[in-house]
Amino acid sequence: MLAFKLAYRNLVGAGLRTWLNVFVLSLAYVLIIYFNGLMSGWNREARRDTIAWEIGDGEYWHQDYDPYDPFTLNDSHAEVPSIFQDEMENGTVVPVLISEATIYPEGRLQSILLKGIKTNQQVLKLPTEAFHNETNEIPAIIGKRLSKNTNLKKNDLVTVRWRDVNGTFDAAEIVIVDVFDCNVPTVDNGQIWIPLDKLQEMKQMQGEATILVMGEEVQYRKEIEGWEYKDLEFLLTDISELIKTKKLGSSFFYIIILALAMLAIFDTQVLSIFKRQKEIGTYVAMGMTRKQVVALFTVEGAFHAVLAAIVAAIYGIPLLTYAAKSGFKIPEGSDDMGLAMGDVIYPFFSLMLIVSTIILVFLITTIVSYLPARKISKMEPTDAIKGKIQ
Amino acid sequence: MLNIIGSLDSPSEGSVQVIGQEIARLNHKEAAILRRRHMGFIFQTYNLLPVYTVFENVEFPLLLLKMNESERKKAVMDALEWVGLTDKVKSRPAQLSGGECQRVAIARAMVKKPKIVLADEPTANLDAANSHNILQMMVKLNEELKTTFIFATHDEKVIQYLRRQISLEDGKVAQDKIVKNIGE
Repeated sequence: MLAFKLAYRNLVGAGLRTWLNVFVLSLAYVLIIYFNGLMSGWNREARRDTIAWEIGDGEYWHQDYDPYDPFTLNDSHAEVPSIFQDEMENGTVVPVLISEATIYPEGRLQSILLKGIKTNQQVLKLPTEAFHNETNEIPAIIGKRLSKNTNLKKNDLVTVRWRDVNGTFDAAEIVIVDVFDCNVPTVDNGQIWIPLDKLQEMKQMQGEATILVMGEEVQYRKEIEGWEYKDLEFLLTDISELIKTKKLGSSFFYIIILALAMLAIFDTQVLSIFKRQKEIGTYVAMGMTRKQVVALFTVEGAFHAVLAAIVAAIYGIPLLTYAAKSGFKIPEGSDDMGLAMGDVIYPFFSLMLIVSTIILVFLITTIVSYLPARKISKMEPTDAIKGKIQ
Repeated sequence: MLNIIGSLDSPSEGSVQVIGQEIARLNHKEAAILRRRHMGFIFQTYNLLPVYTVFENVEFPLLLLKMNESERKKAVMDALEWVGLTDKVKSRPAQLSGGECQRVAIARAMVKKPKIVLADEPTANLDAANSHNILQMMVKLNEELKTTFIFATHDEKVIQYLRRQISLEDGKVAQDKIVKNIGE
């Protein structure tokens, strides 16, 4: 307690030098919290949107299905398990049949994935109700990215060619009945959604699907022969990994700021111990043990972190609150990186993030303060009192 | 010699006993406790803590003794009254004259009413008038609080206030004489 009281007096008494160090350190606090909050916000948005648009509350995959190997699509289809018949009818289990296909927009050839989905599905945000639009051709919905890449717009017709279950080529016209805007590129890029019964008919795979997207209400998650259940943790692995990589990349900025602050504190400590020899000698003469003096100087250095936390709170709370409300606008084109990303990312500052940042900065500051302070224990108090140590 | 009596240093040979304790046998912690409880120091260059106010400087030894706040405040104000600096409690050392600084140093040394005060050339940086004032104050405190003052000095002004003079030449006692008896 004494060390804290004295350290506080010494620090505040040191004036501008203290406040400069404190300000730089407070920047480190705010930047660490901001960048990590931004990543957390992105992570939350990406997970939420991916769940809403693509994976629901988990998926069953046909045992041969591998999303990274299109050649598996020929074999990865089977009849939808009968236990989900009721859920399928009321739209809380969504069977999706996936097939490779080719479209010819404006005379060009482009490979796509043709995905069949039930019109009455209730799980995903895909606007499948648009399939009800009256048309003689096969109704299809596409995302804004595919629309932009192929120059296909609502009511446009495009030829699609596919192979049926026997490997025979067939072709038909599809009409774009809706172009949806979503943040999840994996339901948009290179993908055309059509009614499931149409695709089953085109492929001659009546009643079959490649994956089953589960709604939240569906409790059944047991093993089904020929199907493998994939939970959210598995399905969101890519997002978690990518966010982790991005976090490491962005940590570069605040590591530099933190290093500068630590350098300033280390320098201050070294200078203090040299300049304040007489003071150190006086402390010892008045009855402080050397350990107490080392502790005093260490606490004094570490106190920078406490003051910096207070200063950071003074300007950081309004600043970060504003950032959390107004969000970070993502530059044009950044949403094609394969991960769900909105136009604006809203940083999310959790209590855990704030507390862990404070502990981290405090620990590093304490270590950096202690290293030079150790020298005090080797000082001869008789020389220190006279300021004779070089 | 003051350093050895003050347990800041150890004798290379011989024996030094202070308040019943053999200095050479004390470890760092025991020596610190001895100084904290029973000794006050007055330095030639005052050695006041520059960022502390007069009050805080004088309060410091009491903080080490973990005295409670109300007792501490009273003791500090008493000490500042002894040295006539009650109007400077909020000043910092840089705002004081040399004589005032030395008076703060005396108050700091005396505030815990130690058994011994060790003073190293306490008047070296003071003019004659200030020196006499401070020495008279020390005589008064010696009489009132029964604190032993040990001076290391070359200053003739100091010598005339002493009761016992020990002269050292090349580290050896050349003369040891009682000049005045207590109460004279």
